[in-house]
Amino acid sequence: MDEKNREILKVLESDSRIGHADLGTMLNLSQNEIKKRISAMEKAGVIRKYTAIIDWKKTGEDAVTAVVEVKVSPESEFGYDRIADRIARFPEVKSLRLVTGSYDLQLLVTGKTMQEVSEFVSGQIASLESIRGTVTHIVMKTYKEFGCELQRSEGVERLPYSF
Amino acid sequence: MSYREVKGSSASPIVSERGALNPQKSYVSERAAMIPPSGIRKFFDLLLTMNDVISLGVGEPDFNTPWKVSVAGIDSIERGATAYTSNKGLEDLRDLVSLYLISRYGTSYDPQNEIIITGGVSEGLDLAVRTVVDPGDEVLVADPCYVSYSPCVMLAGGVPVPLPCPAEDEFRVTPDALMERITKKTKLVMLNYPNNPTGGVMKREDLEAISDIIVDHDLLLLSDEIYSELTYEGSHVSPASLDSLWERTITLNGFSKAYSMTGWRVGYFCAPPEITSAALKIHQYVMLCAPTMSQYAAIEALKHGEDAKNRMVAEFKMRRNLFVAGLNRIGLPCHLPKGAFYAFPSIESTGLSDVEFAERLLVEKQVAVAPGSAFGPSGIGHIRCAYAVSRDDLGEAVKRIGEFIESL
Ligand SMILES: Cc1ncc(COP(=O)(O)O)c(C=O)c1O
Repeated sequence: MDEKNREILKVLESDSRIGHADLGTMLNLSQNEIKKRISAMEKAGVIRKYTAIIDWKKTGEDAVTAVVEVKVSPESEFGYDRIADRIARFPEVKSLRLVTGSYDLQLLVTGKTMQEVSEFVSGQIASLESIRGTVTHIVMKTYKEFGCELQRSEGVERLPYSF
Repeated sequence: MSYREVKGSSASPIVSERGALNPQKSYVSERAAMIPPSGIRKFFDLLLTMNDVISLGVGEPDFNTPWKVSVAGIDSIERGATAYTSNKGLEDLRDLVSLYLISRYGTSYDPQNEIIITGGVSEGLDLAVRTVVDPGDEVLVADPCYVSYSPCVMLAGGVPVPLPCPAEDEFRVTPDALMERITKKTKLVMLNYPNNPTGGVMKREDLEAISDIIVDHDLLLLSDEIYSELTYEGSHVSPASLDSLWERTITLNGFSKAYSMTGWRVGYFCAPPEITSAALKIHQYVMLCAPTMSQYAAIEALKHGEDAKNRMVAEFKMRRNLFVAGLNRIGLPCHLPKGAFYAFPSIESTGLSDVEFAERLLVEKQVAVAPGSAFGPSGIGHIRCAYAVSRDDLGEAVKRIGEFIESL
């Protein structure tokens, strides 16, 4: 990939709010050039979405997250893709990946209560044809999300010193 | 219970009449007394009492030490590797430093007798000066420069002579400026590129232009390259990589800035064997050895710190572009600093002195910068802004400085 595009993506990944003018100044490109490159990468599906990382615990809102391991019998024609596609359509499923190891699909599922999550997993996921089993792990505490350490304030506390 | 409480509650006074010092007399040595108190001490004390200050005042990276590097330090403590090392420093670390210097800058130093691991470049500066300066020797100190240079020279009994590197020379040492200050007593030239406080660099041709003068006048060169990794245009050129200068050069470098390891206190001193073995005598009696855990951490930094370092350097470069563009936009003309993490704009257009500017900016807009005159006479009329803070803070700082200038 083009080096400048790589730099743009790195910055956006750390701060998606950054303006085109600032980004241009930082990377020595005109604002127009930045705009062109970003919209090309949006069109190509490289940049998929601009979001925020939120620590829902801090909002006081009740929310339960679970990591769900799913064992699947792959279909002869589609492998894992068709079943994965069906699972991905549920809005409760925040992320979904095919992994190596003792199970096949790993899901992150959210709901308001533990009951809601477990009902969703048993009712909507485990019951699907070709699912051979599920194991649900309720998340107790999230330490790090998308590179962001949630239990630690960002930045370094620098002690005053005289130079 | 604090010291004060203990002392206050004690029935008998700590100092008896009989033991009292003579108030007519100072017991502090002339050498210590001769070091002028930091001119901006008051300013930094004021800073500590204020809230919501954006500090562009201190020369410290705002990144944590790369975690792998910290872990190597922690591991060494857990292993019980907490004894002294050899005076010169761990052999593995000296080997890695040697390899790093030859592969990165083309400077060749033998890990056996040309490298000492020091307690940071700070110690290296003192070692270097005390190793080669006799009382009365004149030392040309790049002006402006890091605040410890002149005091180091004075403590060694030398005479610091400012060597002006003004903005119009892009903060470089020019042959003319050098020629003008050399006398029969000149022994040493102290350079620091990339430079604190200006961000200036010296390219190969700039160094070549002064190397003949240094050789012809039989001078030594001290090159403080603590910011060498923070070079944003082209690549850093180490004076000792010039054949004509190697034998006359003491090269100092360290881990504080490149790997964000300021508190670990570890760096290195490199010079030809005669100078190195003399310096080792001072180092062994004054410091014994650099902190052992820090030496293990430094080994990890050189082995596996490359990615973290590159990320930091890339971030600093982007911040620099953002900040300097911001300064120029609000009417503070600023050379594009090619290295380190400082911008050194002129504030002469505001009609304020640099000290007034810095004090009023702090009080009125809660932005801390260092007045340029703290770094030498050529710094007058400038302020030093360390852009080692988050991009958000930099943006806010530019906004506040802009408002401050508008309000004048
Ligand atoms: C030019 C220069 N030399 C040396 C030092 C001190 O470095 P160290 O942490 O290695 O003692 C600094 C720190 O600000 C510096 O700016």
